[in-house]
Amino acid sequence: MSPALMAATDLVGRLGPSEQEHLLWARELQAMSLTFHIPLVCFGISFPAIVLFMEGLYLRTGDETYRALAKRWSKVMLLLFAVGVVTGTILSFEFGLLWPNFMATFGDVFGLAFGIEGFAFFIEAIFIAIYVYGWDRVPRKIHLSLGVPIVITGVIGSLSVLTVNGWMNDPGGFDIVNGEITNIRPWEALFNGFFWHELAHMYFAGYMVTGFIVGGVYAFAYLKGDRSRYVRAGMIVPLTVACLASPVQVIIGDWAGREVTKAQPIKLATFEGLGQTQKDAPFHLLGWYDKSTGEVKDAIKIPYLLSILAYHDPTHVVQGLDSVPEADRPGPINTVRFAFQAMIMIGSGLMLFGLFYAFVWYRKGRLPTTKWFYRVAVIAGPLSVVALIAGWVTTEVGRQPWIVYEVMRVDGAVTNAGGLQIAFFVALAIYLSLAAAVLWLLRRLAARPPQVETPGTVA
Amino acid sequence: MAEIMLGLALLALTAYAVLAGADLGAGFWDLTAGGDQRGGRVRGLIQRSMSPVWEANHVWLIFLLVVLWTAFPIFFGSIMSTLYVPLFLAAFGIILRGTAFALRGQAATIREARGFGAVFALSSVLVPFCFGAAIGGIVSGRVPVCNALGDPYDYWLNPTSILIGVLAVVTGTYLSATYLGGDAQRAGLPDLVEAFRRRALSGAIAVGVISLGGLAVLHSDARSLYDGLTSGGGLVFVAISGGLGLTTLGLIVSRHFIVARWSAAAAVASIVVGWGVAQSPYLLPGELTLDDAAAPHATLVALTIAIGVGLCFLVPSLALLYRFVLTGRLDQEFEPLDQRFRPLTADDHPPEAGA
Repeated sequence: MSPALMAATDLVGRLGPSEQEHLLWARELQAMSLTFHIPLVCFGISFPAIVLFMEGLYLRTGDETYRALAKRWSKVMLLLFAVGVVTGTILSFEFGLLWPNFMATFGDVFGLAFGIEGFAFFIEAIFIAIYVYGWDRVPRKIHLSLGVPIVITGVIGSLSVLTVNGWMNDPGGFDIVNGEITNIRPWEALFNGFFWHELAHMYFAGYMVTGFIVGGVYAFAYLKGDRSRYVRAGMIVPLTVACLASPVQVIIGDWAGREVTKAQPIKLATFEGLGQTQKDAPFHLLGWYDKSTGEVKDAIKIPYLLSILAYHDPTHVVQGLDSVPEADRPGPINTVRFAFQAMIMIGSGLMLFGLFYAFVWYRKGRLPTTKWFYRVAVIAGPLSVVALIAGWVTTEVGRQPWIVYEVMRVDGAVTNAGGLQIAFFVALAIYLSLAAAVLWLLRRLAARPPQVETPGTVA
Repeated sequence: MAEIMLGLALLALTAYAVLAGADLGAGFWDLTAGGDQRGGRVRGLIQRSMSPVWEANHVWLIFLLVVLWTAFPIFFGSIMSTLYVPLFLAAFGIILRGTAFALRGQAATIREARGFGAVFALSSVLVPFCFGAAIGGIVSGRVPVCNALGDPYDYWLNPTSILIGVLAVVTGTYLSATYLGGDAQRAGLPDLVEAFRRRALSGAIAVGVISLGGLAVLHSDARSLYDGLTSGGGLVFVAISGGLGLTTLGLIVSRHFIVARWSAAAAVASIVVGWGVAQSPYLLPGELTLDDAAAPHATLVALTIAIGVGLCFLVPSLALLYRFVLTGRLDQEFEPLDQRFRPLTADDHPPEAGA
């Protein structure tokens, strides 16, 4: 069901109307929980494959350096998975605790995807434990094969969650008759129109975030003068993965942008702050969208760019915010604009970085020698996380005011429960101490010499 | 179809209770193990036994949530919004428990291990109490079909809720002591076998006493559940559970921990099923029946297919994990928790700590 065919509705949920004066706190709590969870998802998507690649190098060459790296990384993987398990559980709770009317009304439409996710996650948890605790306890080649299910289930699990997000943006698989959801077709909801590009975009983001962060840790040691095989291998493998993914990600991002143009023209207009529908639509870098005039002020104007981004045609008409009533537009337009611009700027920068690395490697067959390359490599990890979060802010805040695009509003989905501010600040305190403790312990783990990864000890 | 889904939900709840519930119970023993030196051995065994399995055990909860919101969305929306206080507390407890436990495994000094251990242990008590209290609110008929109506405290701070909350905590401790006793036996640690035998016995007796006394609470506060549990099918399962509980007690006394874990788990499973039977046909007593709450047929069919296919992969994977675990294939060397840090205990402030 394409939104064009379906008039925007104001569906009242099955639990009746929602009255919540603190809607913003519910949204902030959900956003914060996702912000802490999503970088861990990146590791879940891509880290197992990188660890297995490293172990494969060890099996092929017999070089203990690779083994030490793979084993060390697998412990990090387990720790991050554990944190991901619990932060992911909180998300499941929050769906019900914060948006009970959404769950009560649509749980039976999109729930199937979570059913698949549950199993994938389950099997991932099982094999990650067997893999990490199985070092030196099961034969070498069997050990590698025990890691394969982690890679597969990591893909299937996150895919299922993404498909639900795709469904919220491009809802289908049900009919609305007299304000009631009927004729539910769960498989149709599962394979919605946003499924493929969201999947590809998040996958490459996963490889970029993990690759740049892990590679960056060793690039830091390299910069400080440690040129051991351990540091070189620990840097080159993840960094290469991330550098290869970066240029491709820009192409996928372009594809995603055009899909948004087709299905959610108002979201696209929000990316730019395009007040009026117009042809030859420009793009404004930085600046400030002024709600009263519907114009972007104090910005660097790049003519035709929005038409090019949206339609690959500099003169194409682009739908503006004025094409829908104000109540149907996202509130914080500038938040979306800045998030979008942060994402594309960082993404473009990382693409250039990746291309430079590939160029030097291809022409000279060695690593770049300039110190600046390694300095950028160190900050590329944090930058890629910023781009990741900015990307999610772009799509999620850009979807507002809808929880189910043009079907149900967030203010009709929210809980009537009180105390949301308290929950927010308790959660904030927990998440901050959690992040501090995890980072501190990862530092501690990294400080141990590689020699402790000898056979027989799994700390 | 709706009955199949309810069966799966009860299966997931049972699995969570007997597996993750035992991990949470282990937190209680960790909390009460005593000082660093005295409790080092108990904590070492807990760390060693739980490490490979606690994540997989925890996932049953996610499975339960997914089945509930997909197959019974109105029920899910009503309980999550009404019981938001205990469920928020449980959610926060889950984050704290899981990460503190994982981080303790990586701790480098006894001081760190102590800090993470305290968080792990305290939240391990909080989580089952909150879940039990939430269930108490449901079974005593206090949750209507609604979006968070009314007083948020009576729903979970009532006699039935407190009874079931305490029972959930105590049952977890009894299960975990039984499992840990078995692990200690396999690892050849006779002092720990005895330590957990004592704990299992006291836990078993506490469960029995609280359950019997609890009947009086149910009689006055949750009459329909009381009637369901003391007649017909409900009574049969209660009797089975009681019989299995006594059997377990005998097995623990005679140190047959390996069999005792199965009978202890079966006793819990049978009381969960008994609850389902006693409350039938209602999901929310007096408010919402199973059939009224169930999702449309197409969803139930799709979910059944997904779960059927999923189980084909899950069951062999779980079998592999527990075979590895129960045959000691993944066993790490046993090490009392305080011993691990021996070289560092002289100085609990290593140079990099403040950086």
